[in-house]
Amino acid sequence: MGMTITEKILAKHAGKEEVHPGELLNCRVDVVLGNDVTTPVAIDEFEKLGVDRVFDPNRIVLVPDHFTPNKDIKSAEQAKRMRDFAQKYGIVNYFEIGRMGIEHCLLPQEGLVLPGELIIGADSHTCTYGALGAFSTGVGSTDMAAAMATGEAWFRVPETIKFVFYGELPPYVSGKDLILRVIGDIGVDGARYMAMEFAGPVIDSLSMDNRFTMANMAIEAGGKNGIIAPDEITLNYVRSRNKREYTLYYSDPDARYAEIREYDVTGMEPLVALPHLPENTKNVSEVAGITIDQVVIGSCTNGRMEDLEIAAEILRGKKVHPETRLIIFPGTQEIYLEALRKGLIEIFIEAGAAVSTPTCGPCLGGHMGILARGERALATTNRNFVGRMGDPGSEVYLSSPAVAAASAIKGAITPPWEVK
Amino acid sequence: MSLTGRVHKFGSDVDTDAIIPARYLNTSDPAELAKHCMEDADPSFPSRVKQGDIIVADKNFGCGSSREHAPIAIKAAGVSCVIARSFARIFYRNAINIGLPILECPRCVDEVQEGDTLEVDLRQGEIRNLSRGKTYLAEPFPAFMQEIIDKGGLINYVKEKVK
Ligand code: SF4
Repeated sequence: MGMTITEKILAKHAGKEEVHPGELLNCRVDVVLGNDVTTPVAIDEFEKLGVDRVFDPNRIVLVPDHFTPNKDIKSAEQAKRMRDFAQKYGIVNYFEIGRMGIEHCLLPQEGLVLPGELIIGADSHTCTYGALGAFSTGVGSTDMAAAMATGEAWFRVPETIKFVFYGELPPYVSGKDLILRVIGDIGVDGARYMAMEFAGPVIDSLSMDNRFTMANMAIEAGGKNGIIAPDEITLNYVRSRNKREYTLYYSDPDARYAEIREYDVTGMEPLVALPHLPENTKNVSEVAGITIDQVVIGSCTNGRMEDLEIAAEILRGKKVHPETRLIIFPGTQEIYLEALRKGLIEIFIEAGAAVSTPTCGPCLGGHMGILARGERALATTNRNFVGRMGDPGSEVYLSSPAVAAASAIKGAITPPWEVK
Repeated sequence: MSLTGRVHKFGSDVDTDAIIPARYLNTSDPAELAKHCMEDADPSFPSRVKQGDIIVADKNFGCGSSREHAPIAIKAAGVSCVIARSFARIFYRNAINIGLPILECPRCVDEVQEGDTLEVDLRQGEIRNLSRGKTYLAEPFPAFMQEIIDKGGLINYVKEKVK
């Protein structure tokens, strides 16, 4: 019987020839990730273990991105604990402010996560790296602590749902819209405990940036991981960055799937997810005209180069609506610099946007763009739960960067083709 | 081990931002987190919850972020056990890892009302509704997870391995 790509990577890391859904495995991990919110809790647990070293100082990645540059004294203390820990244990991949980025944009960019690897991170959007053909999943701080000590983690082999996309992708329909369509279809627990494998001709022609966006939001359907088989597009991205050798895995033609779901993308519109769940999706034209106080473009979902490029294309020579604020967050310093060199930052500032150093800030309602009671935001982020971006009485709508940029100009939800 | 407590009922898809909003994540102190537990789902919860109380929720409890602060806040607020139709994956894992008792039991969720008193036998997975004289049986844990639970969480379990 054949295996899926997810099963093959898990089997390899458990030292087995074959694994089956439901089986519990102890696996070797290639990379362990933590941020300034989850790592302090992991450090507490790590210290209880009474070990004096980490399993491999090259394979732990620590990124202070959530409440940094430090938003207040408590955040500064958390960031300092992580920094001190990195120094004490000689963690090679600690990224300081000014050299960092949002973790899930940063790790692939730095070639620290690669096809065929098994990555865990104390952050739910660790599933992003599945876009490279890796098995990558979010865990808690205690799991992170145990893995930092042992280099291992336990997993239940998930069943896989395969999502096949075919047809012709219309203009302005992006990876964000494809994943929102899946979440709108199966719901926020539609893939609970399961692997989500994205495939088909539409995925084959999708850029890396769009693939990252899709894998990033697997967790929003409850998925354990999102995964896309590596191809030439993957290898072109990885080749100039990889710090280690890597292995490519593919699902067998006779692999077992719990379900296969097909989507024809022909004639699709960009989607918007309404408060307060990512599954509340509507076509952009159905919700056009809803007024917006704040637009946020960025995050680990849509803070990459292509996201900024499409936003700039729409904003070029235009102004942000007088009653709307636009905040733009490049995902990493490298992306920020490239956007600067290409003139994108100038377009944003001339349009009247605030452009920020990379941080999670507003995405989780941390800082740098908190909403007041009764305010409404449209964001290219991944979650629109109650209170996600500020007061519990505020609202978050989710969309692609194209819809977000067009809406910033009009001050209301707007299909991108209406501002050309 | 048996627990007794009063029920606080919640609906589907209670997310980690509702359990402990990110605006309080600049600390990991359990007592601080407990003060804001479930605040965005029910602002009165932190003041109403009593030692030993039980949360009963519908499907996908704990969806969203990986923050372990969520089960930590619930545990530190005095909640003895969470019973749900189903749990989101990372929350499930975190609860077991930190030793917060959780059970999946759809029938219990259907029949239990706010304010009922439950007696829970974790080992047997047996839930007795003392207010209504009914008994429900929860899904047993796989042996491996039971071992982690018996050791009092993942850290104690791993401690023996790294010695
Ligand atoms: S950008 Fe938002 S979703 Fe992504 S890691 Fe940061 S807080 Fe989490």
